[in-house]
Amino acid sequence: MVKQLTVVSGKGGTGKTTIVASFAALAANKVIADCDVDAPDLHLLLHPEVIKRSEFRGAKVAEMDKAKCIECGNCASVCRFHAISDTPSGFALNPARCEGCGACVFVCEQEAIRLRERISGYTLVSRTRYGPMVHAQLSIGEEASGKLVTAVRTNARRVAEDEHCELVLIDGSPGIGCPVIASLTGVELALVVTEPTMSGLHDLVRIINVARHFGIRSMVCINKYDLNETNSRKIADFCHQQGIPVAGKVPYDSIVTEAMVEGVPVVEYSDGAVSDAIRAMWSYIKASL
Amino acid sequence: MIISVASGKGGTGKTTVAVNLALSLSTGVQLLDCDVEEPNAYIFFNPGEGEEEVEPVHRLIPEVDEEHCDYCGKCASACEYNAIVVLSGQMRRVMLFPELCNGCGLCSMVCPRDAIREVPHEIGVIKRYRSDGIELVYGVLKIGEVRATPLIDRVKEELRPEKTVIIDSPPGTSCPVIAAVQGSDYCILVTEPTPFGLYDLKLAVEVLRALKIPFGVVINKAGVGDLEVYKYSDAEGIPILLEIPYSEAIARYYSEGMPVVEAMPEWKERFVDMIEGIKKKVKEKDKVKDK
Repeated sequence: MVKQLTVVSGKGGTGKTTIVASFAALAANKVIADCDVDAPDLHLLLHPEVIKRSEFRGAKVAEMDKAKCIECGNCASVCRFHAISDTPSGFALNPARCEGCGACVFVCEQEAIRLRERISGYTLVSRTRYGPMVHAQLSIGEEASGKLVTAVRTNARRVAEDEHCELVLIDGSPGIGCPVIASLTGVELALVVTEPTMSGLHDLVRIINVARHFGIRSMVCINKYDLNETNSRKIADFCHQQGIPVAGKVPYDSIVTEAMVEGVPVVEYSDGAVSDAIRAMWSYIKASL
Repeated sequence: MIISVASGKGGTGKTTVAVNLALSLSTGVQLLDCDVEEPNAYIFFNPGEGEEEVEPVHRLIPEVDEEHCDYCGKCASACEYNAIVVLSGQMRRVMLFPELCNGCGLCSMVCPRDAIREVPHEIGVIKRYRSDGIELVYGVLKIGEVRATPLIDRVKEELRPEKTVIIDSPPGTSCPVIAAVQGSDYCILVTEPTPFGLYDLKLAVEVLRALKIPFGVVINKAGVGDLEVYKYSDAEGIPILLEIPYSEAIARYYSEGMPVVEAMPEWKERFVDMIEGIKKKVKEKDKVKDK
């Protein structure tokens, strides 16, 4: 059976992508999935060569035919998303705020509004020297990133089955909302990457509760742990109380940024303490999957 | 004047910039933390127990009165989010999936028998805290709740335009970011001089250009990485408003929840200068518009 591991963080910028790229270099026989569709960065380290690009249609969008519109304002009065407003040139629709629910279409007696599908991004299947990678491009300002995450994960499973891979390695997005939940549901394990800051600790508690809410086992990685060892101890204590294993502690080192500038996973760039810590963490996680 | 602080990449220092701006101005400031999935600005104000006003925020979800329902299925076919499933025949039943519902109300509009009413469903809370001249308002999304946008909209209803309003936006480029930054007079994009920082900055720039919001860049952790962010900003004519160097001291203050301007008062002037510069730019632009 294909196992799935999602790397998430709650707080942004804690080092998810750095860890995932290194796992991509360490793990055998896997599919890599970048589910941080809002701000995908994994490709900057893994250099995928796209072999298949498919249109992704997310939420629909309302479209107004102003020739038929009599400016009655029924549409604006039912829209709960502030997508239709009364402007000097008549009622106008803001597609960036439209959620494609169709309430305006229903109340418009002139049949001046319709819902149309829109291409809100692309899903990509690629090759990398680390194995197959699935990812996406979300068009600017589009929503439905949760749906796009689900589309990426569906692709990942398909590729994993076709190529007999044992693992899907998922890079998640920051936060606790729609795309994060979509990248967590049904996975075997969530690795939460945190940092020893008050914000990191606060966000860790929230993301751990999200994982628990959806019945997902989690582990924690304390990244840059030596930046504030008091806070790192607080995080470790919290994990201990909650019965959550600390899978690894990675020190701060500017080598991580250097590797990023070179465009390679840090474990391939250096054999220092950071790489050792990530390797040890990967062995621990692999054994428990 | 409304100034939002955003970034494509998470963890670049949005909250640091937003909080320190608010503290540097110190009076007539309203700070709206719209990163409702992970609100962190309050950590730097450290409100004590009972010092915050807390108000629950709801959105509407349908409730079906099965006594009046004849299982016609019109609600289910109208729903664009598949949040209602109607089973007919012997198994007849209406199943609701509140986590998929976006609260548009269409199901209750289409129901020919008035069997659907809408009931409030709590999605989180809004909190208010006043500290000297600063009013902080922030939303906290409930665990397991999918949609952040309605809560962001609610936080923004508190906006008081007669003040200097600073909005701390969530990271990324999709709907919650747009909800947070829309209506701003100016947006500060916080980035770091690394390949990830640059790539995500470009995405954020596209969003702001589409929204026609003027913007400039703050480079945080200056000195790490490379010079590509500078080259890009220069080529695109994007002003660099401020550079905050990477320093262990700053990183440490941040980790302890201590605002930089309190620990290192010399930064206060730099933040004030930045905001004065922004105000000047916005006023010049308004003048051009008036003409």
